[in-house]
Parts: sequence; C-alpha cells; structure tokens
Amino acid sequence: MATLKLDNVKKRFGQTEVIHGVSIDVKDGEFIVIVGPSGCGKSTLLRMVAGLEAVSSGEIQIDGTRVNDAEPMDRDIAMVFQNYALYPHMSVFDNMAYGLKIAKTPKLEIADRVGTAAKMLELEDYLTRKPRELSGGQRQRVAMGRAIVRKPAVFLFDEPLSNLDAKLRVQMRLEIKDLQRKLGITALYVTHDQVEAMTLADRMIVMNAGVADQIGAPLEVYENPQTEFVAGFIGSPATNFIPAETLGDRPAKVARVGVRPEHAVLADAGTGQIQGKLVYAEALGAETLLHLRLQSGEMFTIRQDGTVPVPADGTLTGVDWRQSREISFGSDGHRTPNESAA
Amino acid sequence: MADGMVEKRGVGLWFTHLGLIIGVLIIFFPIWLAFVASTVTQPEIVRPPMPLWPGDQFFENYRKALVSGINAPVAKMLFNSFVMAMGIALGKIVISLLSAFAIVYFKFPGRRLFFWLIFLTLMLPVEVRIVPTYEVVAGFGMLNSYSGLIFPLIASATATFLFRQFFMTVPDELAEAARVDGARPMRFFWDILLPMSRTNIAALFVILFIYGWNQYLWPLLITTDPSMNTIVMGIKQMFPSGDDIADWPVIMATSILAMLPPIIVVISMQKLFIRGLVDSEK
Repeated sequence: MATLKLDNVKKRFGQTEVIHGVSIDVKDGEFIVIVGPSGCGKSTLLRMVAGLEAVSSGEIQIDGTRVNDAEPMDRDIAMVFQNYALYPHMSVFDNMAYGLKIAKTPKLEIADRVGTAAKMLELEDYLTRKPRELSGGQRQRVAMGRAIVRKPAVFLFDEPLSNLDAKLRVQMRLEIKDLQRKLGITALYVTHDQVEAMTLADRMIVMNAGVADQIGAPLEVYENPQTEFVAGFIGSPATNFIPAETLGDRPAKVARVGVRPEHAVLADAGTGQIQGKLVYAEALGAETLLHLRLQSGEMFTIRQDGTVPVPADGTLTGVDWRQSREISFGSDGHRTPNESAA
Repeated sequence: MADGMVEKRGVGLWFTHLGLIIGVLIIFFPIWLAFVASTVTQPEIVRPPMPLWPGDQFFENYRKALVSGINAPVAKMLFNSFVMAMGIALGKIVISLLSAFAIVYFKFPGRRLFFWLIFLTLMLPVEVRIVPTYEVVAGFGMLNSYSGLIFPLIASATATFLFRQFFMTVPDELAEAARVDGARPMRFFWDILLPMSRTNIAALFVILFIYGWNQYLWPLLITTDPSMNTIVMGIKQMFPSGDDIADWPVIMATSILAMLPPIIVVISMQKLFIRGLVDSEK
C-alpha cells in the first residue's frame, strides 16, 4: 500500500481547461471518494491518476515518486471500470490472472493469488466460466478480483456500481467497504452517488465544474459545507435555499441561506421564519417529506418523523428552524461564518 | 412465429417444400450435367441426346485430368490455385487486421487521410488498375510466380474496413484495462483483439478464399507458363482453338475438381462463418 499525492493537477483539452487545479494528500490506506455531478471532471481526474489521460500541469506522486509521465503499468495501480471491462473470451481465472501473466509471475503464485482473491470474493465456483455467463454482481466481483490479485499501491474505482440494480448496489457497497477494511487499501473511488460517497469515504472530494469545492470527512462535509454547491449536492433531500432578504435580520454579506430539510419544522401559520402552503406530503413510513410552496414561489422541503401528524394538502403553515442551524452563503456561493450562532 | 409454424402444417407446408425442392433441382441440374459429362466418353457427349446418368469412365477421366490434363496436369493447377487462394486470404487478413488496428487504436498524423486513401481504393475495381499493376509486377520480375499471383491482390480495403468497424465496437475500456494490466499494444492485439475477432476472421477467410480461388483475369495475364496456370483460368485454356477437338469429359472433370476446394472450405467453416456474420460476441 502507498500514499498518493496530487499537487495542483490541471487538465486542458485544447484551450478548454476542465480541471482547474486539484490538490490532495492521500494517506496510506485511506479511502478517498470523488463525488460530483456528471461532467464535473471526476472521471478525468481519476484517469489522470491511472495514466490513461495526460496531466496538463501539476504533479501526481505515488509513494513519493512523480508518475506524471509513467505508463499505467509502471504506476503500480489497478483500476475497476464502470462497465467492468472484462476480457470476453477469457475465463474468470484468466481475466484475473492476465496482469500477473504479463508481469511474468510464476504460475504457482498466480494460481495462489487468484485462488485467494476468488475465495474472498466468493468466485471460486465460477473460475472456469466466461464473463457472459455471469450475473452483473459477479462480473463486478471479477473486475475487483482482477485489481486485488495485482496487489497494487493504489486502487482506482470508476463508478464501479452504477451498472448494478439498486439492491445489488447496496450489497456491493458493503462488500467494497468490507474489502477495504480487510486489505487496508489506498483507494480513489469516483461516483456520482452521494450515498456511496458518504458510506465508503474516509474523506471525500466534492467536485464541481473542475474544482474541488471541498475535501473532508463525509460528516464534516455534511455538517459544514463550504460552498452552496456542496450544501445542495450532499444530503438528500437537498438543502433548501432561501434568499436572505426574504428572511430579514441577516448580515449584509449573506446572500442566501441554506436549511437542511431535517432542521426545519412546521409551525402555526403566521409564526416561524417563513410561510408556505403544503403542496404534497410523501409518507415514507419512518419519515415524511413535506413539500411546501413558499410565498416567493420556490419549493421548500421539510423532513419530519413519520409519527408526527401531517396537515392536509393546501394548508397554509409557518416553517421554523433554529437560526444556529442555518448555513449561510455570500453572493459568490461561498460560506459566510454564522454570526448569530446561539 | 410459433403460431405461424403450426398453421403452415398440412398442404401449405408440402407446397413450400415442393417449391424449394424444385428450386434446388433447377440450380443443381447444370452441376449434375457437368458431373455426368465427366464420367462418359467424348463420343457419348457429342451424340444427342446428351446422357443424363453417369457413365463408367469416372476413374479414367479424372485420372487423365489430374495426371496429364490438356496443357498442364490439373493436380498442378489445383495446387497453384490453392497456394494463390490461401496466400490471398491469409495475406489480406493479416494486412487488414494490422492496418485496421493502426487506424483504430493509434493516433498518428494523417490517420484519417490514410483511412480514406485505403477506402478510396475500394472505388477502383481490379480491372481499372490492371495495366499499371501488370507493369509493376513485370518490372519486379514476378511474372509466372506465386508472389506475382498473390501480392498485387493482397491489399484489401474491404477487409480493412470490416475490421475497423469491428474494432470500433470493442469498448475502449477493454484497451484501457489491458493497458493497466500492463499489456503493450501488440500484446493487446495478440491476446485480446485477435481472439475476439475470431469469428470475423473465419467469415472473412471463407469469402476471401473463394475470391482468391475464382481469380480469372489476373492469372490469365501474368501466367504464360502452363505450369503456373490456376485452375479457374486453366479450364478456359483447355478449350480448343481452331479445329482441335475438345476433350469435354476431361474439361468437365476439371470443372468438378475446381469446385471442390471452395465447397470444402465453406462446409468445414460453416459454423464459424455464420456466427461471424450474424452475432457479435461480446
């Protein structure tokens, strides 16, 4: 296992800069998730680390060695691809062993390493099968097995779960987490799914339009988003944003105020911070999501406990929250310190 | 579909089969005539009505054709044709695999230009460029030689184009995975691309073998030595000129022999051939 360092890494395609300088120090055994909407440059960043895309400027180091110009095979990395990229004409065993064969690993050791990985991934019974005879989840495991047997310094995952159905995705997520704990691997994991990011990451990088908006532990990012984008992207349902002037009594530099759905509660009409009309309520059992239309016409979501009574649709109601829970942003989208902290 | 099959049972089915059988018979009849003609004697052929059932000269005629022929022994011509057809088929496949690999997987200056140049040659049939090609081959001293028969026909825009289309359907991630696994480009080509193209190669081999086997104009131009004749053009050479009497049974035996290798190739590779044409195994 190894450390990974990105130092102001940028990527340009022709004249267009798509990644505007990302820096991070990844510790040995740390699991880093890069999360962001499609087109934010997260996959490009990963492919630069893999060596599949050239680095336009900045530096990538693996274990202290600059690898900017090294071929993928010389970087000591392994990658799990979104569509698995298994070799269709090879058996599961050969798929996993291919990298080792090229590295001229002794046959006995190949068999041993593939065997161990197959056991760990419960693929022992499928070693002679071809990829097309496997289910999606099994293919996913083979792709991971192919990475594991190489014992690389850094694991790279490019949206590995996005081709699986929802149930399998949850299961594989747990398996990856489990594997990471067992093997103590250093990993970069790209996803657009914030749940994956929250559950898997030791630290996460939230990317927005080629910029790492925030880097931090999942809960820290959740509690303390540094930009309006991060506040809106992390957390489901998304944070509500209200223009500061409709609330009054906020510092002048605050342009918009973010309120998480779980921090807001219903209040009697005419009381609370703002007024709205209940459009519809989604009862999910454990919790209920209340969607309100504010006087300004914007929507506002409240998440409340499933046992709390829900007013009828169309009811005019107040919405209240503790001002200390607000996340306020300046007009540039960046966080402004809460001055009214109670 | 299943319903349709059930409805077809009965009279309809019989008519369908009857139609198909008649069709097959019509197509097969000339071949049958050729076979019959190759088993009788010359006087029997020229005396009407022509016989419709095989005679007793089978071994005699075929032995005569294979061993002595008319200008050159047919065995020799079969061998020449075989060398030429194999050379063209394998050569075309190797060259077009490599050029398609280069065009799809490598970024080099003029990549598109080269592709279009190759593609352009599709527009020019062999006959159009046959005179300059003859010039070149004669200049190299390759007349009456296997290399002269094979090399001018070996470049194939069609096969290059076909492999290019196939390679473009192979997901990029596969090449990237191989790169991460440490495979250099030729290793990737050999270990991954080639096995994946197996069925395409087989299908193309069948088509190209027959293409090579059936070459007529080119061998006719460049082989003046009867021992370098290929069988397809050799048959025409057997026709008598002037007042000579045609030895029809031997010519017919030669025709039947000329048909056999392509038939064997098609039948033996039928399974792979059809798979190569219909499914994309991915």
